[in-house]
Parts: sequence; C-alpha cells; structure tokens
Amino acid sequence: MAKIVFQHPQSLKHSIFHYCPGCGHSIVHRIACEVIDEMGIRGITIGVPPAGCAVLAYNYFDVDMIEAPHGRGPAMASGIKRSLPDRVVFSYQGDGDLAAIGMAESFHAANRGENITVIFINNAVYGMTGGQMAPTTMLNQKTTTSPAGRQQRLDGYPVKVSEIFSKIGGVTYLERCSVSSPAGVNKTKKAIKKAFQCQLDGLGFSMIEVLSMCPTNWKMSSVDSCKWIDDVLAKEFPPGIYKDEIAALKKAAEGRS
Amino acid sequence: MNKVLMSGNNIIGEAAIRAGCRFYAGYPITPQNELTEYMAEHIRSIEGGVFIQSESEIAAINMIAGASAAGLRVMTSSSSPGISLKQEGISSMAACELPGLIVNIMRGGPGLGNIRPAQGDYFQATRGGGHGDYRTIVLGPATGQELADLTMDAFDLADQYRTPVMILADGMMGQMMEPVIFKKPNPRNYPEKFMLRGAGSGKSKFIRGLLLDPIDSEGHNWKLARKYAVIAQHETRHEEYLISDAEMVIVAYGTAARIAKGAIKRLRDHGLKVGLFRPITLWPFPELKLRSLSSRVKNFLVFEMSTGQMLEDVRLALQGYANIDFHGRPGGAVPTPAELANVVAKFYNKID
Ligand SMILES: Cc1ncc(C[n+]2csc(CCOP(=O)(O)OP(=O)(O)O)c2C)c(N)n1
Ligand code: SF4
Ligand SMILES: [Mg+2]
Repeated sequence: MAKIVFQHPQSLKHSIFHYCPGCGHSIVHRIACEVIDEMGIRGITIGVPPAGCAVLAYNYFDVDMIEAPHGRGPAMASGIKRSLPDRVVFSYQGDGDLAAIGMAESFHAANRGENITVIFINNAVYGMTGGQMAPTTMLNQKTTTSPAGRQQRLDGYPVKVSEIFSKIGGVTYLERCSVSSPAGVNKTKKAIKKAFQCQLDGLGFSMIEVLSMCPTNWKMSSVDSCKWIDDVLAKEFPPGIYKDEIAALKKAAEGRS
Repeated sequence: MNKVLMSGNNIIGEAAIRAGCRFYAGYPITPQNELTEYMAEHIRSIEGGVFIQSESEIAAINMIAGASAAGLRVMTSSSSPGISLKQEGISSMAACELPGLIVNIMRGGPGLGNIRPAQGDYFQATRGGGHGDYRTIVLGPATGQELADLTMDAFDLADQYRTPVMILADGMMGQMMEPVIFKKPNPRNYPEKFMLRGAGSGKSKFIRGLLLDPIDSEGHNWKLARKYAVIAQHETRHEEYLISDAEMVIVAYGTAARIAKGAIKRLRDHGLKVGLFRPITLWPFPELKLRSLSSRVKNFLVFEMSTGQMLEDVRLALQGYANIDFHGRPGGAVPTPAELANVVAKFYNKID
C-alpha cells in the first residue's frame, strides 16, 4: 500500500487563502494545522486571531476561534484558558498587535505565566493597514510612515520581542524561527509542536516568534523576500531558542511527586 | 435569608458570586476598590472561580470577553476613567453578542476629575459608549438592596439577550453601608451552543465582530437593532413615589433620587406637593411611562449630579407635553436633601 507523505491537513479548512502570494501567514497556518492534526488536539483547541492580516484565520483553522480586538489576544486567551484549563489555547498575533498596541497584554500574560501559546508573526511592517512602520521595522527600512527609512532618533529602534520576553519570569518556552526556507519551516513546525506540548503538560507560557515574509509591503518578489529575511531581518532578529525551562520544570514536578 | 449590613461595593460582589459569577477581572480605581478586593478574597475559594488583577481596564474587559465566550458568568468593575478604557471591549462584546456585567461606580470627571460621587457618565453608558451602532442595558440602583437585586438580574438579562449589561452607580452607593437581603438567584439558562469550548468531534465555531461585506454587516446591525427594540419594549423599569397628588415631579436616578426623596419629605411637611419619578433602567429609558404621567402632571424637575445628561431623555419623553426644569451638581458635589429641598421649593413657587 502507498504511504501518504503529503496531504491537506484535516484541521485546515478547504478555503482559498486570501493572503498575498508568498506571504508567511499561510505557511504558518498550514504547519500549525499539521501540528494540531499530529497531536490530535483539534477538538480541544481554541484559537484567538488578531486584528491584522490574519484576522480571518477562522476561515482557515478548523478549530473553535474568537477574534480579539487589536492587541488584546493574550488577555482574551487568558480569560478562555482560565475558564477551560484543559483546552489548548493560542493567540495568533502580528508585530504591531503584539509589540505596539498589545505590548501590555502580551507582557503581562507572559509574566503571569498563563498556560497559553502565542504564535507571533514578525513581518517588520503593518501588513493589514498597508505597510506602515511596525515596532519591528528595521532601521533605515522604508515604509509608508517612514518614507525616508526608519530613523532611530525619531522613530526608535526595532523591538526585540524574544530577547525582552526571555527575561520574563513567567515564560517557559520561547523560540524565534523563520519561514524563509524549507529548513526554517520545519524548525518552525517543531517549535510550535513543542510549545503546544508545553501547554498540554501545564508548564506555562510559550511563544514562537516567526520571521515571516510580506512581499506586498516590502515591495519585493517572493524569492527576494525570503532572501531579505535571511540576509537582513535574521541578522537583527537572530533565530534560536531564547528560553526553555521545560526540562527543568518537568524535573521539579517529578521531584515533587 | 438573614439581613446583613454591607457596603455597596461588597453587596455587588456577594450578589454576583451568589448569581453564579465565576470570572472576575479588574484593575484598581477608587471608589470601587472594595469590589475588586471582595472578588479577590471570595471568588477563588469557589470551585472554578477565577480572579485576575489585570494590567489595565482594557485587559480586564477582554479577559471577561474570553471567559464569557468560554461559557462562564463574568464581571468586571471600574470607575469612570477605567470605564472609558473598557469601551472598545464593550463594543466588541456587543458586536459578538457576549453576555457579561460591567459595573461603573462613577466618580467626578471629566478627565481624572476626583473620587467623589458623580453621575457624569450617563451619556457614555446609555448611548453605547464605544464605537458603532449598539446599546448596553444600563441599570441604575438607588439602594443597597437594589444593588443586590439588580446585580443578580443583570446577569439574567445579559444571558437572555446575549449582551453586555452595565450597573451604573456612584461612589456614594459603592461605599455606603446598608442592610440587605440576598434573594435566591434564578438558575442559569444559557445554551451551550453559544459557548466556545473546543469543537470536540463536531463542527468548529467562530465568534467575530468583523464583517467585511457591508451588506452582511448591515444585516448584523439590523439584527442587533431588532434585539434592542425588544429590550426597549419589555425591560423598562422605574419607581413612582408620591405621584398621585403631585403638582411637580422630580426625575432623578441613583443617589440623586435618594437625595430627592429626602427633599420631598421635607417639602411635603411644608405642604408642597412634590413626587418622584425614578428610572431604574437608564437604557432602555422608561420614556412612555414618563410621558403618560404628563397627562396629569405639568411640571417636572430633572435633578442630576451632572450638568444635565438624563435631561435629554426626559426632554425626548416630555418636550411639548410638560414644563421641564433642571438642577445639576456636577463634578463630585453632592447636595444634602435640605439643600435640594430649598432649590425645589424655588422652582415650585414659580408654578402658576
Ligand atoms: C484599536 C485599533 N487600532 C488600529 C486598528 C487598525 N489595524 C488593524 S491591523 C493593524 C496592524 C496590523 O499589523 P500587524 O499586527 O503587524 O499584523 P500584520 O497585518 O502585519 O500581520 C492595525 C493598525 C484596529 N483594528 N484597531
Ligand atoms: S499584506 Fe503582507 S502580511 Fe498581509 S497578506 Fe499580504 S503579504 Fe501577507
Ligand atoms: Mg506585521
């Protein structure tokens, strides 16, 4: 009998993505759905899409979902998870959503060690509203609101979310990945799986930052967008595991039991 | 059930817990801190009870929205500036048809204002407050007993109409100690189909307020409007006090109505025939009940601890039917019943 090596994930609805060609959101949706399938958690997963290009994520994820106002996903996810502690709850957020308007909600959900997962799409711009400067926009990067390029003296610095969040006590697992290459996609998928497992094991807050292409607002081809991540964005935001307390927490739990 | 003596803020907390509220999120602000503290002390000792001191009022309203979607009875509370911050979330709950109770223990404003009792948030509460075409049911209790009863009723109304409900009280109501008897709450009647609890092996659901197609969005707006029309038709509440022989009727709610009652007793001792019409639901406003009074009474005096906000609803009900005067004490100033009686007497003596 033939072995299935590739198929449409069950947790991914059969609708056509509205995302631009080459966009990282669709890749992350797909691999998150693959993880949900592989872990068999479709029936207990509740997702919280943001205001941002992923606002219609409920058209793609075949799990229960509730849209959050811009930036408020982690607060809403906290409310859901505290009400239903045995569900897998994730908040899906862009860089504007997480690191600008929703910084307080994100920081404090992390600091409380909410047992939720944040999937954080860093595409260095505000995608949905047409390519304005984001907290993660690179210095000298041109956007519609930094037409001469982001100037550190007037516009501040790119916000390094994973570096900052790795210092927060309530964070258990935190990895920065990239979907600019097949290897990166595989790594991102593994990281999301590890984060969901961390949550299932009751170990606390997990976040996966994903460097993600926005060819439309970067005004680049899909291929050049991937290259720009590898050559530029990943230099400012190096991928890697920024915090991993999973083993330590498990050991401590075993010691107690 | 025994009578107990409690402060208004604690009465709301106890009534909420008895009514089955199992999720509370809030951020400290005077004069409602005792309510947040009461929930912190009591809700976690109940099975499944959650208390979160949120990082802001914005976070609190979104936390309760999430918990509401998950199927819990939920509450948040604040005072005026904090309620302003909640408005985006309240609008979103109205759009998503999520039940929940928001308590506003009003203080002086605008801006930071002060921490004295005031009624300056009437417009914000009754006109929707946040953006978009929506309303919230607004209840205006005037006694400790009513705080208890209306808190319980608020949860039932929120479930029945799948909408956020607001208790609009003020710092005086929140901090005054009063005797109260807690009634037996109704069992909760909120179908599981509206809850988001994971799809299990069935179809997944989503809850959203975003409707990009204008025709879909228009349809949703009209659906909400039809719901508000039903509420307006069925849910108005008010109290009439010494109306039957009244030559002049004071229209006031909450603390202002209590002060008015004290004033009316003094005025009646001097032979002035003054009564009180007290809206209990501020939205829906008991417009037709008030108008029907005007077939007999021709002089109305609106008294508010504001520069005149409910006054507009009274005008909508009575303009062209009766004379309407106004007396206001905004910004945290609270007159005594004797002071108010003097003011009312001046208006009364001008009636011809
Ligand atoms: C309170 C509020 N302010 C502004 C907006 C408009 N808005 C929608 S999405 C967005 C930014 C999206 O950027 P990001 O979070 O980076 O997500 P992306 O689209 O890039 O994935 C903004 C400003 C809004 N919906 N709500
Ligand atoms: S604008 Fe950018 S982030 Fe949004 S869908 Fe298009 S490529 Fe993706
Ligand atoms: Mg972005």
